[in-house]
Amino acid sequence: MSTVKLTVNGKAVAVDVEDRTLLVQVLRDHLNLTGTHVGCDTSQCGACVVHVDGRAVKSCTMLAGQADGASVTTIEGIAKGDELHPMQAAFRDNHGLQCGYCTPGMIMSSIDIVQRHGGQLDEATVRQELEGNICRCTGYHNIVKAVLDAAGRMKVSQAAE
Amino acid sequence: MYKTTYHRASSVDEAISLFGKSSEAKFLAGGQTLLPVMKQRLASPSDVIDLGKIKELQGVELSGDVLTIKAATTYYDIMTNADVKKVIPAIAHLTSVLGDPAVRYRGTIGGSIANNDPAADFPAALVALAATVKTNKRSISADDFFKGLFTTALEDGEIITAVSFPIPAKAGYEKMRHPASRFALTGVFVAQAKSGEVRVAATGASQSGVMRVGAIEAALKANWSPSAIDGVSISANGLLADIHGTAEYRANLVKVMAQRAVAAAG
Repeated sequence: MSTVKLTVNGKAVAVDVEDRTLLVQVLRDHLNLTGTHVGCDTSQCGACVVHVDGRAVKSCTMLAGQADGASVTTIEGIAKGDELHPMQAAFRDNHGLQCGYCTPGMIMSSIDIVQRHGGQLDEATVRQELEGNICRCTGYHNIVKAVLDAAGRMKVSQAAE
Repeated sequence: MYKTTYHRASSVDEAISLFGKSSEAKFLAGGQTLLPVMKQRLASPSDVIDLGKIKELQGVELSGDVLTIKAATTYYDIMTNADVKKVIPAIAHLTSVLGDPAVRYRGTIGGSIANNDPAADFPAALVALAATVKTNKRSISADDFFKGLFTTALEDGEIITAVSFPIPAKAGYEKMRHPASRFALTGVFVAQAKSGEVRVAATGASQSGVMRVGAIEAALKANWSPSAIDGVSISANGLLADIHGTAEYRANLVKVMAQRAVAAAG
């Protein structure tokens, strides 16, 4: 057992876990942040993507110990109170989901994509960048539309801040 | 995953000392291979020693004609590094088609070559560029480092600290990506050294892991152009065959990927 200290969605937490515990298990089972999903559990589907120190990573493929001291942002941590994050709003407005299982990972990956590419995003880039996130419902079309829409909104909201 | 004890090393020396105190330890870098393997219970180390936060294993250095990438540098940091993009853009390209964005944030060059998966990308770059693997004990040429499937010249408790690449005159890498795993169904790295020497290495093709392709090297030595490879025939003997492609298919891919890599190298 080890004590793992994290900052999760801005809040300092400390959890006592077995060393074999994965980051996603800490989030879901210890902190009850069940918005982060486990899809394949083999590092392929991306449903478990969260931001660790600003980088979108698969939380099923990281030990909790590796994240000790890090700042973690999950799907629960991106809205401002009742105001959805622009990426969440764009997914809703473009109907970028059906069953919703992959959506938390899609949104966390997509925020990272927009942050890395800024205003230079085009459809081909979005499709290529989302290759680590698998959706079995939508055929991706509306997801791609949502990410492109959000890229514009995020630029506007950054400019407003 | 079976029970294990996690240690975070703050220096190479500390990592080696932790290794010596454990019964069946494994070094952990980005964990993008080791952790999935442990989750499948195909590996059950008593201890995992995390090298990911060791400062002396991070970063890229350019000095004279040599580009050195420290072992725990992530694919993302390699791919976006200005020196890598400038002096060996083929390595930046290789890194950009490896895994997916989330994997590239965690996976490291040292982890990739220590694992030596027969379909991994970096072994081909090291062999074609005649790179040198630096460890805490010695320097090993890429030719001597890769020993076959998942096997390297590393001894127990030896840690890769960096990889040094001589800057080539020209280099290119192209691969047929497996659409699900993103590993190379076959990938070929071609390089022309500043001395004029041509080296070509294929990954994902041979049953013994990364291999040099002498026939293509000879053709490119005579004439560095994609069409020079037109007449080369690659034997399917000893090549991998599985549900994704026959040995003959992979033999053809070696040729096609080599042509594309030469075209990319210019």
